[in-house]
Amino acid sequence: MAVITAGIMTILYTALDVLPIVLFIFGFQTLILRKPLPHLKRLLAGLGFVILGLGLFLIGLEMALFPLGREMAEQLTSPESLVGEVGDWQAYVWVYVFALAIGFATTIAEPALLAVSMKAHDVSGGAISVWGLRVAVALGVAVGVALGTYRIITGLPLHYFIMVGYVIVVIQTIWAPKLIIPLAYDSGGVTTSTVTVPLITALGLGLAETIPGRSPLLDGFGLVAFASLFPIIAVLTYAQLTEHLEKRNANRQQEKDRYEPGRLEES
Amino acid sequence: MKQNLTAFWTHTKGSMRDLAPIVFVIGFFELAVLQQVPDGLFGILVGVVLVVIGLTFFIYGLELALFPIGDALAVALAKKGSVLLLLTFAFLLGFGTTIAEPALTAIANEASEIAAGAGAIANTEEALSNYVLGLRITVALSVGTALVLGVLRIILGWSLPLMIISGYVLVVIMTGVAPADIVGVAYDSGGVTTSTVTVPLVTALGVGLASSLRDRNPMTDGFGLIAFASLTPMIFVMAYGGIIQWL
Repeated sequence: MAVITAGIMTILYTALDVLPIVLFIFGFQTLILRKPLPHLKRLLAGLGFVILGLGLFLIGLEMALFPLGREMAEQLTSPESLVGEVGDWQAYVWVYVFALAIGFATTIAEPALLAVSMKAHDVSGGAISVWGLRVAVALGVAVGVALGTYRIITGLPLHYFIMVGYVIVVIQTIWAPKLIIPLAYDSGGVTTSTVTVPLITALGLGLAETIPGRSPLLDGFGLVAFASLFPIIAVLTYAQLTEHLEKRNANRQQEKDRYEPGRLEES
Repeated sequence: MKQNLTAFWTHTKGSMRDLAPIVFVIGFFELAVLQQVPDGLFGILVGVVLVVIGLTFFIYGLELALFPIGDALAVALAKKGSVLLLLTFAFLLGFGTTIAEPALTAIANEASEIAAGAGAIANTEEALSNYVLGLRITVALSVGTALVLGVLRIILGWSLPLMIISGYVLVVIMTGVAPADIVGVAYDSGGVTTSTVTVPLVTALGVGLASSLRDRNPMTDGFGLIAFASLTPMIFVMAYGGIIQWL
C-alpha cells in the first residue's frame, strides 16, 4: 500500500515539475502569439505520456537501481573492500572499475541524451548515428567519473583537472569538424540528469566520508563537473576519428579507381 | 491501433536495450565483486519493469509532444519576427524551468551548509534559507541569460566556440578570485540545471529556430543552447559566492 501511495506521489511530483513549463508555453502561444498549437489533442496525449513515463521511470529507479547503486557505492568505498590502505589511491581498484562501468551504463539510460541524439540524427540527415553519439558520450562520462573518484581519493584540487580539460577542449575545437562542435558542447550538459547524478553523487559522498581528511560537503562535489566536461572531449574525439576514417576510405577508393579506370567510366 | 502497438513494442525493445548496461553492471558487482544477493529481489524486478515502461512512455511522448511543441514555438516566434519577444520567451523559459528544478534545490541546500560551515553566513535557519533562495534565483537568472545569449547567437550568427571559450576563460579567472568553498558547488551547478524535460524542448527550439531562419544551418547554429545553460551557472554562482562573502 505504502509503495502505491509513494508511486502516486512521484507521478504527482513529476506532473508538478512539468506543468509550469507546459502552462507557460500554452499561455504564451494563446495569449501572445495568438496562434493555437496544431494537433492539440495529440500534444496533450503526448504530454500525458511524458509525465506518466517520467513518473514510472523515477518510481522504478527509486525501487530498484538507486538503493542498490547507493549501497554498492558505500560497500565499495568501505575499508573492507579495499586492496590496501585507506587513502592509498592504488587500493581503490574496484571503485575505479565501478565508476567507469556505472558512468557508462547510466549515461546510456539517460532519456535526455537519447532525445538529443535522435534530434541530431534527424538534423544531420543520418550522418550522426544515435548509438555512435550515445556511446561516445557514455565513454566520456565513464572516464570523467573515474578520474573524479581518483581526484577525491588523492585530494588534488578540482580546478586543476577542469582547467586541463578546458585546454584540451580548446585545442580539439581548432581541429574538429565544424559540424560537430555545437553538438559536442551541448553533450556536456545533457548527460547529467535523472539517472547519472544520484548514483555518481552517492559514489562521491561515500568516498569523501570514508577517507580521512576529506569533507563530504567539499570533496563530494565535483563529480558532476567531471561528468559534464569529459563527454565534450569524447564527442570531439569521436568526430575526429570518424572524419579521419572516412578520409582514409575515400583515399583508398580513389587509389582503387585509379587502377581500375574501366569502373570510373561506367559510373 | 495495430500500428500503434507495433510502434510501442519497438520503443519497448529500445528501452530494454538502453537499460541492459545498468542491470548488467549492478548485477555483476553484486554477484561477482561483493558476492551477495540483494534483499527484496522481487521489488527490484518490479522496479526494473517500471523503469522500462516509463522510459518507453517518455520517448513516445517526446516524439508526440515535446519535439513538436518546441518546433511549433520556434516557427511561430520566427514568423512573428519580433526579436524582443523571442528573447523574452527565451529568458522566461530558462528562468522558469530552473527555479523549480529539484536537483538545484538539493545542491543549494548542501551549498548553504558549506557556506555556514565556512562562516560566510550566519548559521541560523533564516540565513540558510535566504542563502538557498539567493542561490536558486542566481542559477535561474544564469540559465535565463544563457538562453538569451544562445538565441541571440542563432539570430546573429555569432561564433559558438569563441563565446564558449571566452566563458571558460572567465570561469578560470573567477576560480582564482572566488571563495574556495563555492568552487565545487559552482562547477556542479552547471551540470544539474538541464533536466530531462527541458533538454528536448530547448533543443527542438534551437534547431527549429535555425531551420526557419535564412542562412542558418540547423546543425551548426541550432545546437549550442544547452552548452550556454551549463556554462553560465558556474560564472553566476562564483560571482554570488564572492558577493556574499564580500558583503
